[in-house]
Amino acid sequence: MSTTPTHLAPQFDDAEQQQLAATLGMWAFLATEVLFFGGMFAGYGVYRAWYPPTWADASRHLDLLLGTVNTAVLLTSSLTVALAVHAAQTGSRKGVVRNLSLTILFGAAFLGVKAYEYWHKWHEHHVPGATFEWHEASPSGPAELFFSFYFVMTGFHALHMVIGLGILAWLIVQARRDRFDAEYYTPVEMTGLYWHFVDIVWVFLFPLLYLIDRT
Amino acid sequence: MSTISPTVDTHAGHGDDHGHHHDPGFVRKYLFSTDHKVIGIQFLITTLLMLMVGGALALGVRWQLAFPWESMPFFGPLFASQGGQISPEFYTMLFTMHATVMIFLVIIPILAGAFGNFLIPLMIGADDMAFPTLNMLSYWFMWPAILFFGLSFLFGGGPAAGWTSYPVLAALAEAAPGSGGAQTCWLIAVTFIGVSSMMGSVNYMTTIINMRAPGMTLFRMPLTIWSMFITAILQAFALPVLTAAGFMLVFDRLPWSVHSTFFVPSGLVVNNAEPTVGGGQPLLWQHLFWFYSHPAVYIMLLPAMGMVSDMLACMSRKPIFGYKPMVYSMAAIAGLGFIVWGHHMFTSGMNPALGMTFMISTIMIALPSAVKVFNWIGTIWGGRPQFNAVFLNCVAFVSLFIVGGLSGIFMAAVPVDIYIHDTYFIVAHFHYVLFGATLFGVFGAIQFWFPKMFGRTMSDTIGKWHFVLTFIGFNGTFFPMHLLGVAGMPRRYADPYLHPYLEHLLPMNQLMTISAILMGFAQFLLLFNFLYSMRFGEKCSRNPWNANGLEWVAPSPPPHGNFESVPVVYRGPYEYSHPDHSDDYWLQTEPPGAQPGAKPQAAPA
Repeated sequence: MSTTPTHLAPQFDDAEQQQLAATLGMWAFLATEVLFFGGMFAGYGVYRAWYPPTWADASRHLDLLLGTVNTAVLLTSSLTVALAVHAAQTGSRKGVVRNLSLTILFGAAFLGVKAYEYWHKWHEHHVPGATFEWHEASPSGPAELFFSFYFVMTGFHALHMVIGLGILAWLIVQARRDRFDAEYYTPVEMTGLYWHFVDIVWVFLFPLLYLIDRT
Repeated sequence: MSTISPTVDTHAGHGDDHGHHHDPGFVRKYLFSTDHKVIGIQFLITTLLMLMVGGALALGVRWQLAFPWESMPFFGPLFASQGGQISPEFYTMLFTMHATVMIFLVIIPILAGAFGNFLIPLMIGADDMAFPTLNMLSYWFMWPAILFFGLSFLFGGGPAAGWTSYPVLAALAEAAPGSGGAQTCWLIAVTFIGVSSMMGSVNYMTTIINMRAPGMTLFRMPLTIWSMFITAILQAFALPVLTAAGFMLVFDRLPWSVHSTFFVPSGLVVNNAEPTVGGGQPLLWQHLFWFYSHPAVYIMLLPAMGMVSDMLACMSRKPIFGYKPMVYSMAAIAGLGFIVWGHHMFTSGMNPALGMTFMISTIMIALPSAVKVFNWIGTIWGGRPQFNAVFLNCVAFVSLFIVGGLSGIFMAAVPVDIYIHDTYFIVAHFHYVLFGATLFGVFGAIQFWFPKMFGRTMSDTIGKWHFVLTFIGFNGTFFPMHLLGVAGMPRRYADPYLHPYLEHLLPMNQLMTISAILMGFAQFLLLFNFLYSMRFGEKCSRNPWNANGLEWVAPSPPPHGNFESVPVVYRGPYEYSHPDHSDDYWLQTEPPGAQPGAKPQAAPA
């Protein structure tokens, strides 16, 4: 590459090095994220083993239909974000904007359903704290603990999605300004990686919270 | 000489030789700079100031232990309402915040933040970090942490659950005076530190893997870089767990009707409050906390090990003894560091079989540590040691690390640990490692790399005085702690002498406090030497120590962008006194075909 591209930061020798650094940095960041959620998953595993019957009871209070719909919605958004990266590779600005917009749509739909689920739990007094009520035969303490994990883990997952939606919106603005082409589309690709990661977290959360021991 | 152009050296010593770079103005240049060197120096100065704060807190602790309930000199009038006394709550706050400041605001950021930032791009021959803006943010995320640690003093006298913040003391606001808003502020501050370190570690890993100069293969990297790389991996994979645990504890503490119950058990009555409802386990916090905090002790040590290796080789004018075993033993220490956290919890309730596994894995760490110690000694052995302040501090590092490492083996053994757990023996152990080893390594490193930072050398005479006084004060303060611990003196008691069996230990505690005050005053020598030499120190050339690393090829101080031309590396960094070379040092950038013994054309000092 003889001319220095405008997107090349001064500390890099060439565009390839910059692209590799961005990819490696993103993977390293995602690895730290795995550990972040890993701390909570570890706590979940301990208490699940400790209080299996109560947690199964509590698990049955989650809405399986809404959870399944949300899983489908989120997996579809993974498809659209992958299509956006593909469109960027082939230099299709229209494709990038269309697929990113679809991703935002699916992501927002997921958050909407999640918000409804939260509201429903509040209504049923299943939010841990002073207002918590438990009318099953099993003890209420472990059930409250289950909902503590439910809200904090899905809450952090939702927070990651909100941040992701912000980045996607920023990408659309950048794409419309023609910032990306087949030579340079690193931000699209990195955001894709991030979005896939957020999806994978949900792929673990859904069975652990909604499915195990349900029957 | 292809890589050094002699004409540029007329600029050496000026801070303003930016060449083709635009002058970015004061704010962008010194405050919100993205230059790794400026960020490193920002970290260094901030952490040195925090060292003084943490030291003052420690002197408060020492005062109470030597002269219990007597009015403090100088600081006493601040507590006039209590007759200048240190109240028990205040004492608890003092040791909590001493540990917090020293660990989160001094040791970790001075190693990774200050020296990691300054040295990594220079030593691998890069223009800057891979992500300069992220780097700047990692510095500025320290300030909200400092702010929140400061704010915590406004609530009930400050957090007082120890730096480990075990629930339920740290989970229930009614548990103690410092368990209210102060504890929440503390947790928020630690989260900011966590984010700051996470950003740094991602940046360091990427930079070291991706940005090395041509010829800088992995096994030509200085051990400093290896140590920073391994430390970054530790930070990246241990710290997020603490961040998660910290958030969980904050959610447990929410003051409203909505809060979680991760760490609070059922039916606990604290301070006559309503019995708690929950079903959580305080022990979960200990596991999550130590899963981070045990690797963290290696985060607080490995970079110093790397830097001392580089300094010892240079000051002994000899190649480092066993370069690859040094790398592998650091990796082994880091790897084992992830599976030993349970040794902090032998007395917290643990299956003996599990205690046994943690004991064996912990004792295993002695092996790579011993390899390193032997290699340092092997490096000095038969060398030509230069007895300057750098070398003395490095030797102190090695010898004090031996003491701290050996006392660690006592604690690793379950039966012994059950006796000396939570006594002054453990306080002696971690001060020998964190202060004795790490801080002496840092004192040496400041002296060694100061010329590269500011283009001037620090006074060696003041440096030696600082070393001698600190070394005497250090051993006077911390060595007797071993004896106190074996005599059964518990840590964290505001007045141990209420127990008759400890009364006879008062004179020893007074000796320790006098030593600590001496050591505290000695630090003003360092501060003076640092600030004075920044402006009035002797100007120096690019390579005042005749060292081999890439950082000594760049001008002192290096301009934004570091090197005049891309450095090319031909050999490892430890070719001192090489038989095929007439100089006793051989720069990594000197081409093999160049005239034997040709001096690099750096400007004379």
